[in-house]
Amino acid sequence: MKRVEQDEYTRYIRRKWLTLLALCALMLGTGLLSLSVGAASLPLSEILRVLTGGGAEISQTIILHVRLPRIATAMSVGIALAMAGCVMQNVLRNPLASASTLGISQGASFGAAVAIVYFQAGIQSGVVSGAAMMAANPYTVTLFAFVGGISTTILILLLSYRGGAVPATMILAGVAIGAMFTGATALVQYFADDVRVGSIVYWTFGNLGRPGWREIRILTMLNLAGFLYFMHNRWNYNAMESGSHTAKSLGVNVDLLILISMAVATLVSATAIAFVGTITFIGLIAPHIVRKFVGNDYRFLIPGSAFMGGAILLAADIASRTIQSPAVLPIGALTSFLGAPLFLYMIIRRGNLAK
Amino acid sequence: MIEVNRLSYAYDNKAGHEVLRDVSFDVKPGECVGILGNNGVGKSTLITCLCRIRTPKSGSVTMDGQDIYQMKRLDTARRIAYVAQKNEMSQTTVFDTVLLGRKPYMKLSVSREDMDICEQMIAQVGISEFALRYVSELSGGELQKVMLARALVQQPKLLLLDEPTSNLDPKNQYEMLTLVRNMAKESNISVLMVLHDVNLALRYCDRFLFLKSGTVYKYGDETIVTRETIADVYDIHATIAEVNGRKTLVVD
Repeated sequence: MKRVEQDEYTRYIRRKWLTLLALCALMLGTGLLSLSVGAASLPLSEILRVLTGGGAEISQTIILHVRLPRIATAMSVGIALAMAGCVMQNVLRNPLASASTLGISQGASFGAAVAIVYFQAGIQSGVVSGAAMMAANPYTVTLFAFVGGISTTILILLLSYRGGAVPATMILAGVAIGAMFTGATALVQYFADDVRVGSIVYWTFGNLGRPGWREIRILTMLNLAGFLYFMHNRWNYNAMESGSHTAKSLGVNVDLLILISMAVATLVSATAIAFVGTITFIGLIAPHIVRKFVGNDYRFLIPGSAFMGGAILLAADIASRTIQSPAVLPIGALTSFLGAPLFLYMIIRRGNLAK
Repeated sequence: MIEVNRLSYAYDNKAGHEVLRDVSFDVKPGECVGILGNNGVGKSTLITCLCRIRTPKSGSVTMDGQDIYQMKRLDTARRIAYVAQKNEMSQTTVFDTVLLGRKPYMKLSVSREDMDICEQMIAQVGISEFALRYVSELSGGELQKVMLARALVQQPKLLLLDEPTSNLDPKNQYEMLTLVRNMAKESNISVLMVLHDVNLALRYCDRFLFLKSGTVYKYGDETIVTRETIADVYDIHATIAEVNGRKTLVVD
């Protein structure tokens, strides 16, 4: 039997692996660059000295206690949002699916608003960052934001349970619930005083400096568990690309796949949002960018999106720390501000993202 | 041997209207059966019930004596393959799409055997020249061949085709059905296909399942394809003539 196609295919797969390696290098390279830029500029040699246990005390403080946790946060949050967005777009058969379009971010914002206004979680005298108030009890805010985010998906799953896991119903339910939470957050703000409103707004801006190593460990473990589950189902997601009927005929339990994938993707993304605040567009655009390089093959699209998500959020963080240095611009606002035009450009270039 | 016994299906809605009612028939190994009937009579619903895309309200489907609804989903997928009427065209290569047919057999990753089977099928079906192109770039005829190859690498005993010739020009229609028939005979696969063109069915099928009002109107070899059957099923007047020694439907 001639092996020409197989050899060509093997070379084609090898190119995809190289693309993945390049994306991983891009993320790590952006991380390294991120370590060196900021209010205090540090040369690469000093960074390497600190990372290998040496360097000046001030450099150690800046890198190990300020920048490294921030970079690890950006990386894990970017990975979480992009990976979740990638899988949501597949199982819901909709190129616009992501944590922000399904109302998970809005649910998290509402949860944070409730914690800040009704559970006194957002106020602490003397802690002022720029013009906004800091959330003084991050755990209460995080917990409420997480509950808000995850309750959106629970509501979506319950609403769509009756008619089977129909993707269009889930998307529409997500949009409706997202709008409801946005309205509810506005109402909470309307009855709150200026200081609490400031705290809510500040939370929704997003802040990568909020989590410590403990939170980063939680995020990393969840990301790892989510990644393993998603990769275990990579061929099921590939089958879904041919339509749910074909997937079912190939032995995929489509309803169960949709429900569990949505639950895992929500858990991963809602946790990330709860820790850092609202960050939009990463989950939407990262998978679309990677699709241009690896197509709709989820063996490569899932890890590729994860690396791309990490790289984008790191790059956005660099921009947020350098544009108005020493001030740090709100990361959530920046990702939306830069992400939306990029998304529009992709729509204009390709005409139809669904293809 | 596939035996369908008193299969009924109703949509899960308030009306609970029965789309299929007490449908019974059998298909022998290597046999090509054409499912014929008017639009909305339940032809596609029937084949989607046979590959467990839909679950029937009652009745049974057995394959060599085993009830397919009692099997694990992956076991069903190793025995029954399905090609939909409309396929979503994704940004995936032809090779990857065919490889997807090996999903029911995959363990942790793609094996050398999976690759070999796919390569062999791609050559057999005649799609080697565009094996690394995206399926979204293919023509209707090429895409149908890819989908057939994907179904055949499942190494099924029963192949279900929902209007395999819709959207194909006459040349591609004949190519496609000749391929299906040859594969069925060579590998002893039973084929059930929904067809609208009675003449194509007469040319390529061994037996004919006429559905009317959600149930079997007639089932048998070409002797049942008569002027009366066509009038009753399609509500048209036609003559069954012999052209080049082959039964042919000519509408009056």
